[in-house]
Amino acid sequence: MPDAQESLVVIGNGMAGARAVEEILARGGGERFRITVFGDEPYGNYNRIMLSHVLAGEAAEEIYLNPLDWYADNAVTLHAGVRVVRIDRFAKKVFADDGQVVPYDTLIVATGSRTFFPPMDGMWLDDRTLTPGVFGFRTMDDTAAMLAYARERTSAVVIGGGLLGLEAAHGLQQHGLTVHVVQGGPVLMNQQLDEEAGAILRRVLEQKHGITVHTGQRPTAIRSVGAVTGVVLADGSVIDADMVVVTAGIRPNVGLAVVSGLTVERAIVVDDQMRSVDDPDVYVVGECAQHRGQVYGLVAPLWEQAGVLADHVTGADPEAAYHGSRNATKLKVAGVAVAQMGIKRPERDDDEFVRFSEPRKGVYKSVVVRDGKLVGATLLGDTEKVAFLTQSFDRGLPLPAERVELLFSLAGPSEEQGAAEMDDSVQVCNCNGVSKGALVACVRDGVCSLSGVMARTRAGKGCGSCKPLVAQIVEWAADGAVEEDEKAGWYVPSIPLEKPALIAAVRDRGLRSVSAVFAALAPDGEDAGSKMALASLLKVVWAGGYVEEKDARFINDRVHANIQRDGTFSVVPRMAGGVTTPDDLRRIADVADKYAIPMVKVTGGQRIDLLGVRKQDLPAVWADLGMPSGYAYGKSMRTVKTCVGTDFCRYGLGDSTKLGIDIETRFSGLESPAKMKLAVAGCPRNCSEAMVKDIGLVAVGEDRWEVYVGGAAGASVRKGDVLATVQGRAEAIRLTGVFMQYYRENARWLERTYDFVPRVGLAELRALLVDDRDGVVAGLEERMQTAVDAYVDPWQEGAAPSTEGQFADALPLLPLPQVPVRDGSASPAGVPVPRADGAMA
Amino acid sequence: MTLAHRLGPGRAVPPGEGRAYRVGDEQVAVFRLRDGTLRALGARCPHAGGPLADGQLDLAKVVCPLHARAYAFADGRCPEGGGVAVYAVREEAGEIVLDDLPVGSERV
Repeated sequence: MPDAQESLVVIGNGMAGARAVEEILARGGGERFRITVFGDEPYGNYNRIMLSHVLAGEAAEEIYLNPLDWYADNAVTLHAGVRVVRIDRFAKKVFADDGQVVPYDTLIVATGSRTFFPPMDGMWLDDRTLTPGVFGFRTMDDTAAMLAYARERTSAVVIGGGLLGLEAAHGLQQHGLTVHVVQGGPVLMNQQLDEEAGAILRRVLEQKHGITVHTGQRPTAIRSVGAVTGVVLADGSVIDADMVVVTAGIRPNVGLAVVSGLTVERAIVVDDQMRSVDDPDVYVVGECAQHRGQVYGLVAPLWEQAGVLADHVTGADPEAAYHGSRNATKLKVAGVAVAQMGIKRPERDDDEFVRFSEPRKGVYKSVVVRDGKLVGATLLGDTEKVAFLTQSFDRGLPLPAERVELLFSLAGPSEEQGAAEMDDSVQVCNCNGVSKGALVACVRDGVCSLSGVMARTRAGKGCGSCKPLVAQIVEWAADGAVEEDEKAGWYVPSIPLEKPALIAAVRDRGLRSVSAVFAALAPDGEDAGSKMALASLLKVVWAGGYVEEKDARFINDRVHANIQRDGTFSVVPRMAGGVTTPDDLRRIADVADKYAIPMVKVTGGQRIDLLGVRKQDLPAVWADLGMPSGYAYGKSMRTVKTCVGTDFCRYGLGDSTKLGIDIETRFSGLESPAKMKLAVAGCPRNCSEAMVKDIGLVAVGEDRWEVYVGGAAGASVRKGDVLATVQGRAEAIRLTGVFMQYYRENARWLERTYDFVPRVGLAELRALLVDDRDGVVAGLEERMQTAVDAYVDPWQEGAAPSTEGQFADALPLLPLPQVPVRDGSASPAGVPVPRADGAMA
Repeated sequence: MTLAHRLGPGRAVPPGEGRAYRVGDEQVAVFRLRDGTLRALGARCPHAGGPLADGQLDLAKVVCPLHARAYAFADGRCPEGGGVAVYAVREEAGEIVLDDLPVGSERV
């Protein structure tokens, strides 16, 4: 049977090669062809666009477009990690570097591109080895090598300020490196942006992200001493750096085509059927193809090319022809949305140029209109109009007479119209090549939820910038019958109940342990990802009546300490209100000495953190400290930060220190949906930052206290809202407890107060908790009192472990590289530090 | 040929939890599922070196405590890419017995 099949060989297993194979299979090509794919990377086909996410340490959802078993499932022979070195076009055979010779009837060349390393002194160690610390950013291996190298480094220079360079800069910065971007020309992302937009992007990167940008600076040399130490610029200045990432362009891989006698200019020259102009049996697709003088480096044109190629190769549409792609991009770089199509600036005298620029907000929009048609658009920071503009640009649609409507939705739902009027062929998700038509077909197939459509089509799973548009199209296609993602409302993904219904079920059925909840309520049984949330909820519902099961707890709650990146733990004893004594300090110092604790640090919550404690030492450390747990590890009430109040401060209006200590002591360790950080300030100067805490109390004189809720100064910054101004410390403590209990019972898992308060609404919270409109306050107070009464200091467990091996080290059992210890802060000079292998340093 | 290693009493691994063992030059995490059976995987998360023995688990997977990557007991694979070795483990007369070579590999 195989002999009846023609041989189709694909050189290149990147996004273009694999897409071409997918398109051919989709047209029934699997019957006609025996397909062999060569890829010089030892993996299945992955989404190169996602490497930026991988570098940034974000959860890269499904980076593999075609995992290895996909090839087997589709009877495609994959030689991963094998490179084709020669094509004999007369014998119609390809020769691989592992000695294989494979005959073909039809050949597809999809060799893609490689990183271009501009000539610079010090770039190379020898002919083929880069200086240690110099990286390209093109492949999975590049990315993995960069991540591994960056772990122990503090600074990086990115050479090239285009899209890829900024992604690399953003990614490395997420790992704590100081990052410089060096751009030879005057404008960042000059392929997409004009000077003004480039300047706004620069401002965002520098001010919001802390990335230093050098434009108009040509790097001339890389300095190294065994490994990279810095980059020399043309003006003689030097940027010190531990690593260098080169993103100064790409070059098509055309060496194989050249030696095989195919016409190559900038890339392999093809006709409108994507065939080499020299050989009708050799097709070329992707970044290594040059069509009508154009070489495309973005993913969208590649999808179109693969479609035409497949139509032609399989005979599905012998007339199929590729006419070139219009240049349109929509992407996210370092979290900033960018969309660009056509020309950037007016080119003729009568071109209309409409612009809006708001540098402070990082927003820039411009359009170029010629003869009533859109010929160019640039959007930075705000891409709400992108669907409408893309469509106008692609289809040459008539434009609104008020040109400003091209930049803003002035009135009416132009976005929804956008979804309705958009042509089926318009590409919505560029990362994964999904058209509006594909989304609509998926909905017609009966998938009526956004997450379902995204899972099926992969739309929105690349950079994510098209998600709002995907949502609109799904909504439009389902004609309003969009199923809410029901799971979105569930408290945990494994139990189909929202939080109030779940609490009611738990109470009614007397479910006191997490395993009992799974048994009674989870259709598919236990789920690791749901356990921690359920344990927290059961503690809130049952307080002392909760039945502890250690496996339901996150490791931090199993051993009452915060796990660190190297598997050691941090220990923070309670220091209510940030007030301590010489005696406590002496004991902390003695413990730090005795257990050779690598770092002792004052925390943002006014306590002392002992970092790098081995799990097996925890019970002894607690025993020697003789202080209660400070709960620096849980989803729970953490700290109450205070200022010096009235005892010593000249300005104090209220005794904030005492109030803070009282609150921290009363509500110590209470589980909550997310952590709660509190503060008390003795006057509105706000020295303890009470206005940006989950709950903050501020003295305003005569024993009156403002109660702020929903503040934040972390990943989000939000000033809290004043829930009420109350008279007296007792009343302040009472209202704090009422709010806390309401939050504990009603917030979603991991929902911080800064999301919870705006969601419920300040007016509603005041009506419920201050005015007691619905008569719930007494119940809240009572349940809070029960929770407070049930509190036990978890560090007591140190004396009698609750499970066997509770404090056994989990890693490292063998000496492993550890988090570097900072000079000077380790331990007093002369004290030996035991190493993991037992020897003394 | 694999070598069987005796890792000590089965009660050392409580239900729903994991414990780490040193087996030759390898670090292996042994887990007891809530159905009472044992599973064993490489102890170190390949993503950032997290201790898998400290992870939370269910009947199908363990979740690394550092960044929540999940590894399937069946094949050691992580949906986000990468994976850990899977070891054959059993209980004999109350003792944990582990084959020292990962499933699917051979001593050469």
